[in-house]
Amino acid sequence: MALRILGIETSCDETAAGVVEDGRVLRSNVISSQAELHSRYGGVVPEVASRQHVRDLAPVLERAVESCGMGLEDVDAVAVTYGPGLAGSLLTGLNAAKAVAYSLGKPFIGVNHLEAHIYASWLTPANPADAPGFPLACLVASGGHTDLLLMEGHGVYRLVGRTRDDAAGEAFDKAARILGLGFPGGPEIQRVAQGAAGGFSLPRAWMRDTHDFSFSGLKTALLHLAQGQGVYPADSENALDDGAMAAAVRELAAAFQESVVDVISVKLVEMARKYGVRGLVLGGGVTANARLREEILRRSPLPVIIPPPVLCTDNGAMVAACAYYQHQRGEQWPLELDVEPGLPLG
Amino acid sequence: MGDGESAALTLTLRTGGAEQTWRLGCVVGRQARPGDVYLLSGPLGAGKTCFTQGLARGLGVEGYVRSPTFVLMTRHQGRLTLHHIDLYRIGGAAEAWDLGLDEQLFGGGVCVIEWAERAEELLPEEALWLEFSYGESGDVREIVLDTESARYGGLLEELAALSFAGVESLDAGAQ
Repeated sequence: MALRILGIETSCDETAAGVVEDGRVLRSNVISSQAELHSRYGGVVPEVASRQHVRDLAPVLERAVESCGMGLEDVDAVAVTYGPGLAGSLLTGLNAAKAVAYSLGKPFIGVNHLEAHIYASWLTPANPADAPGFPLACLVASGGHTDLLLMEGHGVYRLVGRTRDDAAGEAFDKAARILGLGFPGGPEIQRVAQGAAGGFSLPRAWMRDTHDFSFSGLKTALLHLAQGQGVYPADSENALDDGAMAAAVRELAAAFQESVVDVISVKLVEMARKYGVRGLVLGGGVTANARLREEILRRSPLPVIIPPPVLCTDNGAMVAACAYYQHQRGEQWPLELDVEPGLPLG
Repeated sequence: MGDGESAALTLTLRTGGAEQTWRLGCVVGRQARPGDVYLLSGPLGAGKTCFTQGLARGLGVEGYVRSPTFVLMTRHQGRLTLHHIDLYRIGGAAEAWDLGLDEQLFGGGVCVIEWAERAEELLPEEALWLEFSYGESGDVREIVLDTESARYGGLLEELAALSFAGVESLDAGAQ
């Protein structure tokens, strides 16, 4: 009998649930995004996010089980992200998962959000544990994280590098704000950067002799360039007319994107070489960026496993996939589990 | 002059770049006392996180102080507890109120709040405001330190004597 796990994810601004069979077969993946709601603030507003999770979660759960012809009672275990993330948002998902597991008498599994992003790759046609096999170099890049992790086996991680200041996704959000673009910043910058001539170049912070990242200086460099070009602030005296503004924003967005893509792809491949891994695994919203995917594939001499964009951003299926391997290891989680907003991995 | 008396004091400093802003933070961190509250304002990239990273080092915090924008607040342990809060994502004072900042503001550690202007009416008067802005050329930053509380008088006098940061002005008693 296949083991069907319901995964719930509410760590930030997506209310999501999915059903996965035996850790690899995606049965459903329902995501209710709050991006539009938060776009007017240029970022996720925690209280708004919590309230929206409360409103959206029940229908999302229902659709996740019904869309694969099941009822909640047909689920074999309930898994949920308990950290890292926003405390109020995490709490909504955690409480719902406990209620479902307790009322149905099913096993309850707490999942680390960062580990879940890695397990999104187990929902692709490849099984990374068999081909290419461990050890794997993992990049988790999102609004809150830019981590390089060495994965030596199921559940065995070593944190090798991370950002020292801003996360890559946060840098995209702030760059988009400087350029007068919407939220979330990553997709917006990717969209407007298309067709750029590549006339501008922004600095790269290589953080030599480490596997760490730094994106704070890049943000400041973009700001200076945007000021010099009359793009920022948008209402300044020397602001450009509409056509010139669109062209300048396109070039600046491209320069920013290229700098981030260059640093991440080079440092990921460097880390993979140094640790003698067999392959690369990507996860997190930033890895949905087309230029980043293209550049990592171009630079890597090793197989690269990249989930489709919908599994790179936050989702419940990845939580269910991750929980399957925790369940296989015999992990048992108490219903007293609390949220851990700063939960580390590795 | 006791802590309870009004003692408005404003110091304007100029740093030549990120390293000096970091060093300024480091000096503040070394002087920081339990209960200190530092309220940081100013645009993106003006040096708020850089200053806080220096302050953390001055407090003896090991490792890197990452931007707390995503998780809103982080806590670090040095010779005192450092609460690092970022209100960038906050929609207004009412939402900041929901965060419940009592432990961070009044718990005996050192509290640094970035984008503090977004919840100004909630924050204690017994605090030091630091307003960061861009100087006339690339890396130069102007930092205006402003307080109504005598508790920061000694610190401001010490900062006014720093050799690496240019002192623009030190005005006392402006009411």
